[in-house]
Amino acid sequence: MTLKLVVRRSTEIAEGIREIVMTRPDDGPLPAHPPGSHVVVDCGPQRNAYSLTNCGIDPGAYTVAVLRRPTADGGSGGSEQMHRFQPGDRVALSPPRSAFPPVSTARRHLLIAGGIGITPLLSHARNAVRWGADVRLLYVHRPGAGAYADELSELLGERAQRVTEKSEFSVLLRQALVSQPMGTHLYVCGPAALMDRVLQEAAAAGWPPQRLHLERFTPAELDPGQPFTASLGRSRRQVSVPAGTSLLEALENAGVEVPNMCRQGVCGECRVPVLAGRPLHRDEFLSEDERVAGDSVMCCVSRSETETLEVDL
Amino acid sequence: MTTAAARRSAALSSRIAGFPFPFRADTYRYSTNVEPARVPVATEAGGWGGGILDIDGEYAAELAERERILAADPTRLTVLPHMRPACWDALRTLLRELAAQHPDMMELRRDGDELVWRNELLGIEQRFRDGDDDTLPGGPLGFLGSQIQDDIVLLDQREGSLWADAGLVTFAADWSLHFDVGMRFLEVHGPVPRVHEEGVISRAERFLMRLQPGQEYRRTNWTMSVDRRLDQSTEVYPLWGRDRRLIAEAPADELAERLQLRVEVQHLIRLGASGAVLFLIRTYLLSLAELAQVPAWRTRFGRVLAELPDDMAEYKGLTRFRRAAADWLLPDS
Repeated sequence: MTLKLVVRRSTEIAEGIREIVMTRPDDGPLPAHPPGSHVVVDCGPQRNAYSLTNCGIDPGAYTVAVLRRPTADGGSGGSEQMHRFQPGDRVALSPPRSAFPPVSTARRHLLIAGGIGITPLLSHARNAVRWGADVRLLYVHRPGAGAYADELSELLGERAQRVTEKSEFSVLLRQALVSQPMGTHLYVCGPAALMDRVLQEAAAAGWPPQRLHLERFTPAELDPGQPFTASLGRSRRQVSVPAGTSLLEALENAGVEVPNMCRQGVCGECRVPVLAGRPLHRDEFLSEDERVAGDSVMCCVSRSETETLEVDL
Repeated sequence: MTTAAARRSAALSSRIAGFPFPFRADTYRYSTNVEPARVPVATEAGGWGGGILDIDGEYAAELAERERILAADPTRLTVLPHMRPACWDALRTLLRELAAQHPDMMELRRDGDELVWRNELLGIEQRFRDGDDDTLPGGPLGFLGSQIQDDIVLLDQREGSLWADAGLVTFAADWSLHFDVGMRFLEVHGPVPRVHEEGVISRAERFLMRLQPGQEYRRTNWTMSVDRRLDQSTEVYPLWGRDRRLIAEAPADELAERLQLRVEVQHLIRLGASGAVLFLIRTYLLSLAELAQVPAWRTRFGRVLAELPDDMAEYKGLTRFRRAAADWLLPDS
């Protein structure tokens, strides 16, 4: 599913950072989402993931903040395209996906942001304030590039610390890691080097890994896969399965009925016996042994490693 | 026919027409039988499943029954403190769902910093502030339970597991919300036979944990019970356990009138704002006598009961009467 939205506003909110606000063409309600969610935006030839900074309860608009990052070869990366969007432009994006949510049972939420990594943590901060949760923020950024500095200080007051000096950040990080109440969860987002450093120092300070969370983007969907041919052993027919079409869909299009339910590789309903060829298993249903045996395939998600997969249909 | 009798007959047929007959074959085993929600299912008698919430002829009676049960045992509504955002999320999501399905009778609108809920089927208008528990009778989950027939469980996702941390359950089939609350998904399902060896539960949990905001699935489950008693919670076992033992000895007509196929339509929805998994359980009862008005159902359910392995029959509490029920359903075999 793709959302087709309209850019309503694009504003430079800090050096090299633009905030882009998108709504439905009719300004209707958008899907709600947890704090820390991201959307995958079609920006030119690329698809980039951006964190949503807006409150996820009944959102009327999605807001992202994009740091302009020219590619190493001087070409135009997805962020260039994002910076070029003008009010009124159409933009296609995925529905929100949640991969960095707050832990509801945390006694305290310690948010650590580096530069543009503030974006998912801004929505965390908003959510914590709304529900009266205990929250602290440590935010380090280059001078002049402190996106959302005013919002954060209004939202969190003394609970936010913002620095531009690396040495000062080092001191505050060390203090923060040894002064939290038991049951605090730590969330970090920023450049890879900063995240590695925070996680290392936290581990050294005795934080259990289950209390440490970092923004990881998960693949939005199963990849479209390679095309292959399904050879139907009983009816002696050849059904071609293009990239992006599942084996189940290809069979259905060819008028071959296969019992199915979840179409997500979970329920086991659409299992089809394999006579020849090697299946590429992408389901959750088959056990390791069954995968190795390779004599059946869940046709709703799985594909073929060989050019032809002969099935008993 | 008298007017009262005509009304009874109409109610009866709508109950049969909307009944979610769950069997896809003449045998039954556990499986992770999830499918996308909102897909209508045609049955031999009618159909079901076009929406998430189903308001039917039992609406007023079942809500009154829930109110009575809750008054007698407030623990049927249990919310761990960290689940407040999820409860509000469930309330907003499902009131909106009701309003979308019944725009002539129900409406949720914003009025300044308040929300106003109107439900003409119940003749109520309720103003409240989003997120303020004190502005709604029963709090968000208690109030939601006074508007929909479904039982409600909310699962929190953390530490690589789902946790059953809040719920309003008055129509449990032989389990107890108050006992299960705070447990992991795997622990809640600990007593179910076969499913652990077969990996059904852990597969279901992985599936649920991957649901993205707004995704909606459903499954059915079934058991049997005696009389149209929705509340078969562990807490009130003395009130219904005895009938399960005695019904097997009843004359055939009484057995067919009193013994019910009990079907749950369960919805699994990843709530958007809170990220909690909303688990709705809507219970339908149909007596064997009613079921037998649809010959295909009569035969199929009879075969399922006759073939069901002993451990599954035992877990579902059918051991004492399933032979008698199968014999009644399959008189020629």
